[in-house]
Amino acid sequence: MKPPRFRYFAADSTAHAVELLGEYGDEAKLLAGGQSVVPLLNFRLVAPAVLIDINRITELDHVRVDGITTRVGALVRQRTIERDQELRRRGPMLTETVGLIGHVAIRNRGTVGGALAHADPAGEWPALGLLLGACFRIVGPRGRRTVPVDEFFRGFLTTAIEPDELLEEVELRLPSPGAGHAFVEVARRHGDFALVGVGAVVELDSRCRIAHIAIALIGVASTAVRAGDAERVLRGELPSTELVKSAAEAAAAGLDPVDDIHASGTYRRRIAGVLTRRALYTALARAGWERRDVA
Amino acid sequence: MATEVHVGRRMARKEDRPLVTGTGRFVADIRPVGTVDVAFGRSPVAHARIEAIGTEAATAMDGVVGVYTAPDIQGQVQPFTLFVDQEHTPPSLDQSIHPVIRPCDMDVLALTRVRYVGQPVVAIVAESRYLAEDAAELVDIDYEELPVLTDPEAAIAPGAPLLHEQVPGNVQASFDVDLGAVDAVFAEAEHTASFRFLVPRVAGSPIETRGVLAVHDPVQEELTVWSSTQTPYMVRTRIAEMLGLAEQQVRVIAPDVGGGFGPKVQVYPEEILVAHLSMRLGRPVCWIEDRNEHLVATGQSRDQVHTVEVAYRGDGTITGLRDRFLLDCGAFNPFSITCAYNTAAHLRGLYRVPAYRIRGECVLTNKTPNVPYRGAGRPEATFVMDRVVDVVARRLGLDPAEVIGRNLLTVAEMPCDRGMPYRDGAPIVYDCGDVPASFDRLLRQVGYAEHRSATREVQDGHVRRGIGFATYVEGTGKGPHEGARALLDSRGDIIVLAGCTPHGQSHETAFSQVAADALGVSPEQITFRAGDTALVPYGVGTFASRSAVTAGTAVAVAGGRLRQRILAVAGELLEAAPDDLEFQDSTVHVQGDVTSSVTLHQIAAAAAPGPAARLPAGMDHGMDESYYFVPPTVTFASGLMAAVVDVDTETGVIDVRKIVLVHDSGRLINPMVVEGQIHGGVAQGVGTALYERLVYDDTGQPLTTTFMDYLLPTSMEVPKVEQIHVETRSDRNPLGVKGVGEAGTISPPPAIVNAVVDALAPLSVEFSELPLTPEVVLDAVLAARSGRTGGQR
Ligand SMILES: Cc1cc2nc3c(=O)[nH]c(=O)nc-3n(C[C@H](O)[C@H](O)[C@H](O)COP(=O)(O)OP(=O)(O)OC[C@H]3O[C@@H](n4cnc5c(N)ncnc54)[C@H](O)[C@@H]3O)c2cc1C
Repeated sequence: MKPPRFRYFAADSTAHAVELLGEYGDEAKLLAGGQSVVPLLNFRLVAPAVLIDINRITELDHVRVDGITTRVGALVRQRTIERDQELRRRGPMLTETVGLIGHVAIRNRGTVGGALAHADPAGEWPALGLLLGACFRIVGPRGRRTVPVDEFFRGFLTTAIEPDELLEEVELRLPSPGAGHAFVEVARRHGDFALVGVGAVVELDSRCRIAHIAIALIGVASTAVRAGDAERVLRGELPSTELVKSAAEAAAAGLDPVDDIHASGTYRRRIAGVLTRRALYTALARAGWERRDVA
Repeated sequence: MATEVHVGRRMARKEDRPLVTGTGRFVADIRPVGTVDVAFGRSPVAHARIEAIGTEAATAMDGVVGVYTAPDIQGQVQPFTLFVDQEHTPPSLDQSIHPVIRPCDMDVLALTRVRYVGQPVVAIVAESRYLAEDAAELVDIDYEELPVLTDPEAAIAPGAPLLHEQVPGNVQASFDVDLGAVDAVFAEAEHTASFRFLVPRVAGSPIETRGVLAVHDPVQEELTVWSSTQTPYMVRTRIAEMLGLAEQQVRVIAPDVGGGFGPKVQVYPEEILVAHLSMRLGRPVCWIEDRNEHLVATGQSRDQVHTVEVAYRGDGTITGLRDRFLLDCGAFNPFSITCAYNTAAHLRGLYRVPAYRIRGECVLTNKTPNVPYRGAGRPEATFVMDRVVDVVARRLGLDPAEVIGRNLLTVAEMPCDRGMPYRDGAPIVYDCGDVPASFDRLLRQVGYAEHRSATREVQDGHVRRGIGFATYVEGTGKGPHEGARALLDSRGDIIVLAGCTPHGQSHETAFSQVAADALGVSPEQITFRAGDTALVPYGVGTFASRSAVTAGTAVAVAGGRLRQRILAVAGELLEAAPDDLEFQDSTVHVQGDVTSSVTLHQIAAAAAPGPAARLPAGMDHGMDESYYFVPPTVTFASGLMAAVVDVDTETGVIDVRKIVLVHDSGRLINPMVVEGQIHGGVAQGVGTALYERLVYDDTGQPLTTTFMDYLLPTSMEVPKVEQIHVETRSDRNPLGVKGVGEAGTISPPPAIVNAVVDALAPLSVEFSELPLTPEVVLDAVLAARSGRTGGQR
C-alpha cells in the first residue's frame, strides 16, 4: 500500500495549476483533500506521473451566498459547509446533508470540488448538485466554460471535466425559504457511503399544491439520478399519503441497481422506495404540509 | 502474603501515558541504522502450480537488495511442520474423543504450489518499502491454475480435488464426542427439530497490523527479533528450530503491541523469513504488514457450518442434542483442533442437555489459514446453543426466558462434571456459581417484565423493539504454565517481570496490583515489564483469557517469595525477627519503631555476593525470585447477556440500544480493567453479529480486502454496555481469579439475533446465519408478511 513514484507540484494559484495541467495533461492528477485519491494511489489503482496539489490555492476556497445562488469554491472543505452559519440560516439543506458524508476527520479534509469531480455514485454531493440545479465552472488550457448539471455526470466516476481541466467553482440554487427538504439514507454503518440515499426538495404554493419538486437518489445507478417519474406524479398535486406512496413506487420502479457485497440490487430498489417515501414526508412536513392521515 | 489492599481496586492504568501521548513504541517505531524493508510477492490466485518465477527485472532494479524465492532458502529455512504447540493432544483427550489429525506442513515461501490468495511466494528486500513494492510488480510468476475449493461441504464431497495429497477427503482433523444415550433420547423425544447454522469467516482486526524487525549480531551470534506478536516465546522456538539455532541465541521482543485478538498467536512465515534475511544480509530487516495484506495474509477465524438436531419436551426442556459441524480451516490448519474442540467442549454452555453427540471436522479449502480469534470456537458454540433454545421456546409458544431458566444448570448441580475432558485433558468440571440467580438479576436489570407487557412498536409503526438473551461459559486460564520474576535492582527498586506479553490487557496495572499486595508495597513502587524472552527464561503468551490466572498467580507467588527474602535480609541487618518487620515506602523497619530501618537499596546491597554481603545463615546470595505456575486445569468463567435492539421493519436496519451483562470471572483484580475488556469484547461481538464477514468468490478471490468492504463496528455502532459483576472465587489458583479477556465477545451474536427475533415476534421469523444484515432482516419480514416462512431455517 505504497504509491509508485510520482512528481509533486504545489500550485499556488489557479493559473499555476492550469499551466501545470497544460504541461502534463493526461499524466497528471489533482490532489485536493486526498480522501479519495490517496487511497487510489496507495492501492496502485491510479499511477499518475505527476500530482498537482491544489490545497494552497486560496482563490478556490470561498462560499458566496448571493440572493438565490450560492457559489462554492472547489477547495471548500465539506466541514466548512457543514458549519456555515449563513447557509444554515438560509435553510439547512446543504449543512445537514453534508453532515452525512463520512466522519468528521474526512469532512475536515475532503473538498466540495473533490467530491463532485470524483462523482462517486453513492456520494451526497452529486445528488445535491442535481437537487440544486448546479452549474460547474471549469477551467483549463483552452479557457473557461460552464457546464450545467445534466451534462456534468457522465457515468461511473466520470464527469465532464477533461483530464487537463480543473473545477473552480460550483453554483447552486438554494431552495426558497418556504421550501422543505430532506436527505435520508441507509448505510451499513454510520459514516459509510450510503447503500441508498434519497434527497428531496419540495415547495408548496399558496393552495398547498406541489409547486416545485426535486428528488435525487444515490447508490442505485452508476451516477446519482433524478427521479423524474416520481416528480411527475407529484408536480402540481395536493400532497396525500396515497400520492406520496405512488411517487415512491414510481421512484423505485425505474431502478435497476447492481449487487455488491453490501447489498443486492433488489434490496437497494426496495429501500429506494421506502426512503423516497420518508424523504417526501419529511420534506413536505417542512414545507408546511400537515399530514392528517398518519396511520 | 501481606494484607490485600490493591487487588480489587479501580486503579487507573499505568500504561496509558505513553500510549495517549504518542510515545508508545511499536515495531514500526524501531528503526536501527541501515534497516532494509521487505515487501512480499503474494499469490494472486487461490490454487495453482508455480511453473516459473522470473526475478531478473526486480533484482536489477535500483535500490533492490535481494529477491528471494523458495529455492533460494531451501535447506536454510525449514518448513513449518507443527504450528504453535497445538498438535499435541493429551492421552485422556485421545482416549475420549479419538482425534484424527493429519500432518499438513507449510513452506515459508511457496515452492511448487500456492493454495490461497495472499500466500507468500517471493520476498523482495529493498532500501525502502516503496522500492520493494515497485520491484514486486516486476516479479513475473507463471501460475498454472488448479481447481479451487471455497466451500467445506464441497471439499469433503467424494471426488473433490485434494488440497494436500496426504490428507484424504480434505479433512485435516476430526474428533467425536458422545455422551449419554443420545439415540434413545431422540427415539423417545416429544419434539425434535433440526437446524443448519452458519458462522462466517471473520478477521481479528487488531488496529496495529503485524510487523517484524530482525537484527543479527554475527560476533555474538545472537539474533534479536521485534515482532508484533502475542507469543514471543513461540516465535523464539520456531525461529530457533527452523533456522537451526539454539533458543538461547534468539531474543524475541514484543514491544507495544496494538491488539492481537488471537491471530497474533500464530507464528507466521514472515517472522521466520525476516529473521533469516537479517542473518543472510547482515543488515537489520523490517517488514510492516499493511492492511491490505493483513486481510489476506493474517490468519482468519470462525467459519463453521453446523447441522444440528435437538430433542425437547413440551415444556421446553432440552433432552438431547446432536451436531456435526465443519470448520473451514483454509489451506493449512495451524491450530489443529483448538477452535473446533473448544466449540464442542463449550457448546452446551450453561445448559444441562443431558444427551450430547458432536462431531467436528476441520476441512481444508483454498482460503487463508484459520486461527483462533477472541472466543476461539466459543462464539460459534454459543450462537448454535442459544439460538436453539430460543427457537425451541418460540416454536412451543413459550417465553424464551422461561425456557432458558428451565435448562440452566442450578447451583445445586455445581461443581458440575460435564462428562468430557477439556482440551488440556482434565475433566470439564464447572466451578460456576448460582447461574439462575444471575439470570434473575439480568432480567430485572434489563426490565424484561415491563418489556413483555409493553407494545413493541416504538416509532411510527415501523420500528419495533426486542430483547434477546444469550449465555456463555468459558474455560479460562489454560496452562501449560506461565512464569514471573520479582527482584530488587541495584538501586533497591522493585522489578516484576512476566513471561506473557500484553497487547491491551493492562498487565502493567493489574500485575502491579497483584505484586503490590504480595510484597506489601504500593503498585506505584513496582516496575513491571513483559514481552521480552530475555526477562524470564520460559513463557507462553497472552491469549485464551489466561494471563490473570497463570501469570497473575506466578507474580503473586514470586512477589511473596521476594518479600520473604527482603524481610529475612532486613532482619539480619536490623537484628530483628522478620515477623516483626514491616514495609514503608522504600524502607523496612521494626514494627512500632521507624528509626530502626533499612532501605531496599541497602537490602539489595547486602544480598549481593562480595565482601559487603550480609545474609542470614544458610541463605543464597541474590534478590531475585521466580516462580512458574502450572495450573491444574482451567477455571470456568460464565455470564448471561441481554441485548436490546430496535428493528426498522421497512429497511431491516438494526440499532443495538444496549447490552446488559451479568458475568462471573471470579475475583476481580481491577474492575475498571475488567469492564474495559468486556466492553471491547462486546464491540467485537457486535461486529460478528451484524457487520463482519470475509467474502470469497467462487474462484477463491477475497472480496473484503479493505476496511471499506470489511466492516468493523466503529464507536458509533457499539452500544452502551451495562455490567454486573458476580465474584465466585476459583479454588484452582491462589488469587481466586478466572479469565475475562474473551468474555464480552462470546454472547452478543445470539443475544442480538434473539432480540431481533423478539422484536419481530408476531412474524415468527428465524435466523441461523451471521452477520444479520439489514437485507436478511428485510427479506425475512417480507417473506413472513406474504405468508411464507420468514428468515433462515
Ligand atoms: C472512510 C471514508 C468515508 C467516506 N464517506 C463518504 C460518504 O459517505 N459520502 C461521500 O460523498 N463521500 C465520502 N467519502 C469521500 C470523501 O467525501 C472525499 O473527500 C471526496 O469524495 C473527494 O474529495 P477530496 O477533496 O478528498 O478529493 P481528492 O481525493 O483529493 O480527489 C478526488 C478526485 O477528484 C479530483 N479532483 C479533486 N479536486 C478537483 C478539482 N478542483 N477539479 C478537478 N478534479 C479534482 C482528483 O484529481 C481525484 O481524481 C469518504 C471517504 C472516506 C475515506
